[in-house]
Amino acid sequence: MNQPKTYKFYFLALVILLVVLFFVNISLGSVFIPIKETFATLFGNSSNTSWHYIIWNYRIPKAFTAIFVGSGLSLSGLLMQTLFRNPLAGPFVLGISSGSSLGAALLIMGAGLLTSIFSFDIYNNVTLIIASSLGSFLVLFAVLSVAIKIKDTMSLLIIGLMFGSITGAVVSVLSYFTTAEKLQQYTYWSFGSLGDLSWSQLALLTGILSIGILLSIISIKPLNAFLLGENYAQSLGIQIKKSRYIIIIATGLLAGSITAFAGPIAFIGLATPHLTRQIFNTTDHKTLVPAVLIFGAVIMLICDTIAQFPGSESVLPINAITSIIGAPVVIWLLIKKQKMVF
Amino acid sequence: MSIKVENINIGYKSKKQDTVIAKNISFSLKKGEITAIVGINGIGKSTLLRTIANVQPPLKGSITIDDNQITKYSALDLASKISLVLTESIASKNLTVIELIALGRQPYTNWLGTLTNIDKKKIKEAIELVEISDLQHKRCFELSDGQLQRVMIARALAQDTPIILLDEPTSHLDLYHKVQILKLLKNIAHKTNKTILYTTHEIAIAIQLCDKICILNTEESFFDTPCNLIKQNHFEKLFPTDTIKFDSGTGSFKIA
Repeated sequence: MNQPKTYKFYFLALVILLVVLFFVNISLGSVFIPIKETFATLFGNSSNTSWHYIIWNYRIPKAFTAIFVGSGLSLSGLLMQTLFRNPLAGPFVLGISSGSSLGAALLIMGAGLLTSIFSFDIYNNVTLIIASSLGSFLVLFAVLSVAIKIKDTMSLLIIGLMFGSITGAVVSVLSYFTTAEKLQQYTYWSFGSLGDLSWSQLALLTGILSIGILLSIISIKPLNAFLLGENYAQSLGIQIKKSRYIIIIATGLLAGSITAFAGPIAFIGLATPHLTRQIFNTTDHKTLVPAVLIFGAVIMLICDTIAQFPGSESVLPINAITSIIGAPVVIWLLIKKQKMVF
Repeated sequence: MSIKVENINIGYKSKKQDTVIAKNISFSLKKGEITAIVGINGIGKSTLLRTIANVQPPLKGSITIDDNQITKYSALDLASKISLVLTESIASKNLTVIELIALGRQPYTNWLGTLTNIDKKKIKEAIELVEISDLQHKRCFELSDGQLQRVMIARALAQDTPIILLDEPTSHLDLYHKVQILKLLKNIAHKTNKTILYTTHEIAIAIQLCDKICILNTEESFFDTPCNLIKQNHFEKLFPTDTIKFDSGTGSFKIA
């Protein structure tokens, strides 16, 4: 409580880092564009129209997507870790990503089995977004409807995992019966992608994420009370059930919309809160919420920059990169600090 | 501020039937007094405490604070009347002592939990009263059981409620620390004029230290000063007499 001044410096440093990484990110890509030209294009005096197109319609939306995905997943990871009092919780413990995978799998592979009924073009990424949001919300509502009857938050965690197992099994069954081509298509979706969003989709994502962030902000006080456990939180005047719903819905909006638009992206949501706690040595969500938002964006931009594989024409799957880069960092931290702080 | 328990039955409600653990409990607590609830394992000491804290409803009877039913209080209103120290460990041991104590101010802070000068003053007072100034910036996982218990008491004090309920506050502590904590609680009750109610198995210490004791039995409970309870031979019936006998001369139990 005596340290907000020192954190101001960290926040400033992170914001500067974020801005720098943003420019680094958009200046790199499979097509080489000189840095000078990148800036010229950004500030509206470029002569090369194809570079202009690449930067404004591909790289900038992608960089923003990376920022939103990183922020949103990290925040929902923080919410879940506090709600479930579990350092291993992440944005997907309530089965959101499995639900979304189910939606995508049903569309890509299920529709393949029933081509006569589904006559629309399944290559269309809008239908994919709709299918995976429907999937994740289906699972989220199933979990919520169980949550009404359950008093113990820990049971909710297990129920979320069970729903994940069920949807995972359905996806396996679908994969077993589908064609190699469809399976590959589904696998591509599951790699995650930051680059497929148009400006209007990005606007929609921003809108949904803003609601999720707003709900998280009004939950800051209950989140801090939950650090003591639910009985203590109640004795401090917190309405446990209501707060729990708000936190779950916030997570659903954040993680659900991101998974729908960018595919399942592993690791970020689990790891960022832990990495953030290494820098911001506090448990106060008033500091942690903005900190994970910025730090998540920074980490995601770094991962995306690496995924572009500077100097190469190919783009690596982002879902793999986040784990390859991130998991060793967490292992290193654990060995160095000897314990996973929560 | 007084808390009145009138003729309550405690236990658990289920769809089929109510499970009554203890019946006909009545007492009223005055401010500035420390009271212990004693009884054998499973008799419902913690259940009684939870019922008084409005965590679960009584099966019968009424509990009132200042003549208002506690079931009518909102969670937030009750939070400014009753603070708790529970047996369960806190969820995040990564909290620093001062952060944990500051959480006790939640019923009074704004939507973000910003601490005002009054809040900071109350936190400081709580820390000084419990004498843990040197621990302020430690994290909870660095504390011993005795230290953590003092911190939890400081948190309850920071909540600034006229009533403090503690569930077995001395259970993991050695004799020295048990007495230390209980003397601290007695001191707080007498100095700050708070009502303190705690459950315990340390009957001998409670007899020496408490202003009042509530002996919990399945059919009836007894509430009085320790001396009167000894005179009326209520401690004799607490345990099966073929195993343990109560010696009213020394106020302690002997193996039969």
